[in-house]
Amino acid sequence: MSKIWVYAELTNAELAPVSLEVLTGARQLGGDLEAVVLDPAGAGVVETLGEYGAGTVYLGLDPSYREHLAQPAAFVLAGLVEQHHPDLILFGATYDGRDICARLSARLGLTVVANVLDVVPHGNGYAAVSSIFGATQNVTTELLGPSPCALVRAKSFVAAPGSGTGPQVVDVALPPEAPTGARRLESVVTPSSGPKLEEARVVVSGGRGLQAPENFRILEQLAELLNGAVGASRAVVDAGWVPYARQVGQTGKTVKPDVYIACGISGAMQHTVGMKGASHIIAINKDRDAPIFKLSDLGVVGDVLKVVPALISELEARGAQAP
Amino acid sequence: MRIAVFVKQVPDPSGAGRLDPATNLLVREGVEVVLDPGDAYGIEAALQLAEASQGEVVVISMGGERALEVVRKAMAMGAGSGLHVFDQRLGGSDALATARVLAAAVSRVAPDLVVAGTESTDGYTGTVPAAVAELLGWPSLTFAKHLELSGGTVRVQRQTPAGHDLVEADLPAVVTVTGGINEPRYPTLKGIMGAKSRPLEQLSIEDLGLDAAGLSPQQRVVAVAPAPQRQAGRVVEDDGSAARLIADYLAELKVI
Repeated sequence: MSKIWVYAELTNAELAPVSLEVLTGARQLGGDLEAVVLDPAGAGVVETLGEYGAGTVYLGLDPSYREHLAQPAAFVLAGLVEQHHPDLILFGATYDGRDICARLSARLGLTVVANVLDVVPHGNGYAAVSSIFGATQNVTTELLGPSPCALVRAKSFVAAPGSGTGPQVVDVALPPEAPTGARRLESVVTPSSGPKLEEARVVVSGGRGLQAPENFRILEQLAELLNGAVGASRAVVDAGWVPYARQVGQTGKTVKPDVYIACGISGAMQHTVGMKGASHIIAINKDRDAPIFKLSDLGVVGDVLKVVPALISELEARGAQAP
Repeated sequence: MRIAVFVKQVPDPSGAGRLDPATNLLVREGVEVVLDPGDAYGIEAALQLAEASQGEVVVISMGGERALEVVRKAMAMGAGSGLHVFDQRLGGSDALATARVLAAAVSRVAPDLVVAGTESTDGYTGTVPAAVAELLGWPSLTFAKHLELSGGTVRVQRQTPAGHDLVEADLPAVVTVTGGINEPRYPTLKGIMGAKSRPLEQLSIEDLGLDAAGLSPQQRVVAVAPAPQRQAGRVVEDDGSAARLIADYLAELKVI
């Protein structure tokens, strides 16, 4: 029986959505599913991990996992891998997940595949399906060597609990010789209102076509009327118009809303990889040849600075109200 | 203060990427190749830190013959010297092998700080800098949107899903910077001319004291297929009625 590990992460003392998604995906592979949690709040999620299929949970509660970036977690995880030899290790592609996976890989000489959308049995082991070239091509990569690692993109699986119950808990100690590394001094939360970008039913995103940062205000107005969230392309995030937390795409967030409204976004692959899973796409762009129109269900060739204000007036006339 | 910066030559991201059907490796010949746009921020960050500390910047790149061009470009922007790891046997390296090579190059340069982009614009794996740090036993501070040095400490604002964390570490360390952390400079004519007289070393696997056998990739592409594509829908020119059309569509989707 093969042994599949999921490195489960916590956000605000709860399991990160991507960890639940990865557990759900891993469950479909069969085999023994086990989770590793290295977080001072980890005890609170053991039951949920069981529900999602983990038969065993390796649990480390040392505050160092929070206080330091990646190094203590990778050190302890490496020790566990050497002891238990999992056949596959899955991580959510988060900031911390990526760093811990990278360090584990280097420490033990394990291969890593990133941008993974699915994992499938292959020969005696596994292969990872990932997307490249802005998700225009899917590549299947055979994973060789011991305990290969896969970094799974958010929203690759739909999280659903299974029928598992009370997993076996194995307490994991942080050895005194574990490295500490970079110190997390303070966490700053950028205030935001309305639904979360990753969870919103409607996402209104803006790009260079908005011409100036202050014009993002009209997207905020539109999003408020639709109870949606505001996203952005990499170009305008790099230009400093909007915070990175708003970025949709390869280097930003993956969103799968019911409706995605792309305003002044040309549709570079960097962006489309993060939004092409939307159920319905509306695009507004001046350039008739913009690649975004190849994805959209409804495309409007026009100036966003005219179309969006007109749309706001139209929605208000139809009785839409900001909450 | 000596600062090393990683740069990579990638196929022009605005062009369409292609895989060689025989090897399933990225085609790098006969296509436009450029300095990875993410690396320009790393170079600029390194130059600014070096300028503030009377330090020097050393460019490190692993890549094919033409990758020399991006090392030269970084030197034209102001880096004092360059190191190009060029070895045919490194074609098709995975992220782990790349990290092993770069870590060996860093050991040779012995910098106080390594700066890199968060991930390359061709492979997008994003694990190489932290893997290099692990191989060296150094801390890594990834996703920095702000970076400062004081004494023997590096301090960054690290992106998080909700905002940022303030993170610090003792040098030597590896930092990755996000796009937009600064405004990368363009090489000047003087810079381009000056770069030609500065040292640029080309090294093989053995020059770095590595064994090629330990660098073979532990993964193999077995299939490539077009991803399912969306069908293009209706496209209309805005004649003043587009807002109504969108509102009708939103009503149809029961969003309003």
